[in-house]
Amino acid sequence: MMNNKKVTKILQGNEACVEGAILAGVRFFAGYPITPASEIAEGMARKLPVIGGKFMQMEDEIASMAAVIGASLTGSKAMTASSGPGICLKEENIGFATIGEIPCVIVNSMRGGPSTGMPTKPSQGDVMQARWGTHGDHPVIALAPSNVNEILHMTVKAVNFSEKYRTPVMLLLDEVISHMREKVNIPSKDELEIVDRKKPPVNQKDFLPFKAGEDMIPPMASFGTGYRYHVTGLVHNEKGYPTSNPKEVDSFLRRLTNKVELNAEDIVIKDEYSLDDAEIAIVAYGSVARAAERTVKLAREKGIKAGLLRLVTLWPFTDNTINRLAEKVKIIIVPEMNLGQISREVERAAHGKCRVISYGKVDGDLINPVEILEKIEEEIIQ
Amino acid sequence: MNNKDIIGQYIRKEMFPNIWCPGCGNGIVLGALIRAIHILGWEKDEIAMISGIGCSSRITGYVDFNTMNTTHGRALAFATGIKMANPKLKVIAVMGDGDCSAIGGNHFIHAARRNIDITAIIINNMVYGMTGGQYSPMTLTGKYGTTAPYGNIDQNFDISALAASAGASYVARSNVFNVNQSIRFMKNALNKKGFAVVEMISDCPISYGKMNKLRTPIDMIEWIKNITIPRKSWEKLSDEEKKDKIPTGEFLNISVPEYTEKYQEICAYAQQEGGKNE
Repeated sequence: MMNNKKVTKILQGNEACVEGAILAGVRFFAGYPITPASEIAEGMARKLPVIGGKFMQMEDEIASMAAVIGASLTGSKAMTASSGPGICLKEENIGFATIGEIPCVIVNSMRGGPSTGMPTKPSQGDVMQARWGTHGDHPVIALAPSNVNEILHMTVKAVNFSEKYRTPVMLLLDEVISHMREKVNIPSKDELEIVDRKKPPVNQKDFLPFKAGEDMIPPMASFGTGYRYHVTGLVHNEKGYPTSNPKEVDSFLRRLTNKVELNAEDIVIKDEYSLDDAEIAIVAYGSVARAAERTVKLAREKGIKAGLLRLVTLWPFTDNTINRLAEKVKIIIVPEMNLGQISREVERAAHGKCRVISYGKVDGDLINPVEILEKIEEEIIQ
Repeated sequence: MNNKDIIGQYIRKEMFPNIWCPGCGNGIVLGALIRAIHILGWEKDEIAMISGIGCSSRITGYVDFNTMNTTHGRALAFATGIKMANPKLKVIAVMGDGDCSAIGGNHFIHAARRNIDITAIIINNMVYGMTGGQYSPMTLTGKYGTTAPYGNIDQNFDISALAASAGASYVARSNVFNVNQSIRFMKNALNKKGFAVVEMISDCPISYGKMNKLRTPIDMIEWIKNITIPRKSWEKLSDEEKKDKIPTGEFLNISVPEYTEKYQEICAYAQQEGGKNE
């Protein structure tokens, strides 16, 4: 059993995700085999039965998403893991979890796409899918860790955010950090902040299952605890019943998005490196941020004042941080393993206050520090 | 207690009037299901009723249980998560024929294969009613739908036979004319430890009837009465005669290990081994 002794392990990224999930209190996992995420399901299959948790390999990705939502509704912290093609299939029910406000975590170990794409190659091509993959206006929280130790902690955060905000949270890994092995400091339970969903008071009369207070998040009753209520994918009123009353529809859909967007301060996790005197900022996330950190060192050696803004929270997007950064630097360069998905967000948030350069790469290879540096040098000359 | 009082205990009166068309069989199925639950004396708090999408799926909004109206075809996948996470809940999934056999076909097969303790009620009106009368996998060959205006060339599914072969513990078929039989089958299904299916042949005079010259509820129920036949009588028919009839009755009632119980055994084993493989 876990005690307070410091435990250090060499773990694969996907294994660290499993450790984090268990520490965060995940007790239900449903999944379907897919590269490069399968080790998460395998880890859960080994660990959950030992601690009385539930593991299921479902018939497909759609069913695994559905089972996770069903389990969460009974009070379990629940998670699934997949990669691009599987996430495509899950999107339908991710929308259901969003509108039903049912906490759950979806891990996407990103691989090259579209379609079957490149199953064993890393990619960051799904960051916009994470934002808009399911249809309609909706909120999302997405976290993109950069190293194995951080995967553990961001898995805990992902579970916490899903519980706190009653919304699906996407944890975005990629083939490289899913499969690489690094040192991980396994925290004890006492060292971690664990968040549980807010529950209604016992025996509350006239419980309205979707009535939120100031914080915009309704307390959540578990099925089987005496609150008999209705959950539906239809737009619903505070009672949980379908409605097409424009007033009720409008206030519901705005609350759904606002409970995340207006709490961006709480959700945005970021890391700054050598930005104080920087004239050139790299904005990067996930495994690319590791290369970008090295680029900053190389650039500084050459006398170029470069710095790094590392985004861990991709959604909600931190417009404020980018806006402030754009006021300080001449150039922002956004290296990413896609054709400019986050660079366009950066450009939007920069409001034309500096040049925003996209450095997109989709050949299946990681972006290395030298090529980012070369791109910086190329832009300085211009 | 009269019927009205019994039903009244289990419904959300504020949700009425319901959205179903006059003459729809969904209400008959709901009435039978409530009566079966009442006979068993189940507590409302311990029941989770899950549905998919379609006219039938609205059933979950009308009953005072823990209810969820999910996505198209996925009722059983959601229900599986609920049952697995909290095996104490009595889980019922209500689905339509298109919902269950087309878009949800895979989930149906695998819920049966696992033999998880869920009762599946399939309201088979042989049509996509809510969207206006398109043919479904259970529309009989040769019948009409708005997307089969010249006649349906598809072979229709025998969902009960499918359930039995996929691994269910209990399979029965009744129809909305035979209410007492329906209640009996539903009661047996609910009581069954394992995956239990009751297929209810139902009527849709508006969407199905308009395409098949059965425009009134009476015409439709009369038709259902004529095409259904008790299983034992059906077995005596020639192959040619069988083609025009749908057998009703209990097809399967067996005891096989149930999924969540087997999972508990695996947990006990894993714990006893101290997570040796972990």
